[in-house]
Formats: sequence, C-alpha cells, structure tokens
Amino acid sequence: MSLNIDMETKHDVLCIRLSGELDHHTADELREQATALIEKNNIRHIVLNLEHLSFMDSSGLGVILGRYKQIKQVHGEMVVCAISPAIQRLFDMSGLFKIIKMEPTEEFALQRLGVA
Amino acid sequence: MKNEMNLQFSAVSQNESFARVTVAAFIAQLDPTMDELTEIKTVVSEVVTNAIIHGYENDPSGMVYIAVSIEDSLIDMTIKDNGLGIADVEEARQPLFTTKPDLERSGMGFTIMENFMDEVEVHSQPGRGTEVRLRKHLKLNKMLCN
Repeated sequence: MSLNIDMETKHDVLCIRLSGELDHHTADELREQATALIEKNNIRHIVLNLEHLSFMDSSGLGVILGRYKQIKQVHGEMVVCAISPAIQRLFDMSGLFKIIKMEPTEEFALQRLGVA
Repeated sequence: MKNEMNLQFSAVSQNESFARVTVAAFIAQLDPTMDELTEIKTVVSEVVTNAIIHGYENDPSGMVYIAVSIEDSLIDMTIKDNGLGIADVEEARQPLFTTKPDLERSGMGFTIMENFMDEVEVHSQPGRGTEVRLRKHLKLNKMLCN
C-alpha cells in the first residue's frame, strides 16, 4: 500500500489530506509536493488531516516536523486533525504536540486558523 | 511450539512496507491485538529504514535480513545488515539524535523501538554492520482463551 496525497489551498492555509501509509519510502513524495505548494501559493498555515492514514513511523514525524519548520519561518501554525490513537502515540512520544496543535476534525482545525 | 521464519531482501525503500507486512502476517497466528500488531509493524519499519538509510546509505546492492521466532506469547526478532555500522550505539539511541538532520530524520527510531518492545539489544561494529534484537511478550489474557 502506498500513500495518497490530496492537497487544497484555502487562502493562506494548505490542507493536506493523507491516506494510506506514511514511511521513509512515501515521505519523499509528500515532502516534494508539499514544499512546492507552500512556496508557490505563499502558504502560512497547514492543516494536516490524518483521518485515513493507516500507518506512520518516525519518517512521518520527520517530514511533518520539516513542514512545520518551513511555515514557522513565515510565523505560521500547523494543526493536525482526525489523528488515530496509534499515530497519536508517536506524536506524544516525540513531543510534537508542544509545537503542533490538535483538533478532532478538519472543520475545527480550519476554524482555529480563522478560515472556516 | 516454536515457529521460525527468515527473510532477506534488497535495501531499497520499496521493501519497508513489504518487510513490516510480512512480519505482521507471520505473527498474526498468535492472535495479537490491533495495537500489538501496529507496534510490531512500526518497529520493523524503524529498524529496516535505519538499515537502508544509515547502514547502506541507500545502496540497493545491500541486503537486509530478518529472522523471527515465536513461541507461546513471545516474539523474538533479529534484524541485521552488513552495512556501515554505528560508532556510538549509546549516542544513537538517544531520543532525537540523528546523523542526518538534513534528510529530515526525526531521530525517534530507537525511542519508538524501546517504547513498543520489551527488550531492544543493539550490536554494531563500524564497517561490519548492525544487528538489532527485539523481544516482546504479547498480552497473556487472550492466550488463555485459545
């Protein structure tokens, strides 16, 4: 199983919806696609919807942290939503929730960033 | 009854999902919980990814070896490579430590292994390769119902 990446720009917010499996093999593609769109559309904030992500490992943490650092440069925020308990454990373990916010749904995440 | 399997494959990133799915299929006969299955898959992914990125530095001619044995509720896995090895294993095991921050490595691989398994042993020799032995007892209450 591979990774499917769906991205949508709403004002200065990039919604990234992932389905499938995010590992070292698929992280490269996500990094390339997201980085290009962040630069092209002058993105400031990211909403990361993980509702349909069935697997993630530390390579996923790395690529997420990389995108956080990218938008941090323009004082943006990252909000992750619809995260499964298994993937939430990885976020907890790595301390990512100290810098990345969590919301139950994409709608709440967009509201938090003022674009819903 | 003891049951064993061995797997060897090229050190290419396409095989990361092959490795974790294969190991998961083998241990499925112990009737693990979904959480336990996810933990095993994540750990296999971490070790195999380390072998590919750090052990062989993405040289596809390298081979990764996985041996798994199961007996009662115990899973005993050894994953090894004949790659570059790790100079300082203690340092490598520190949370967030990575030699490749430019590649957006999180440095969380060993921390995840230690959190998801009962025992993690790392044997490595620079220039010779790395062997990681991981053991985990599945929860016994379900075993008694079988």
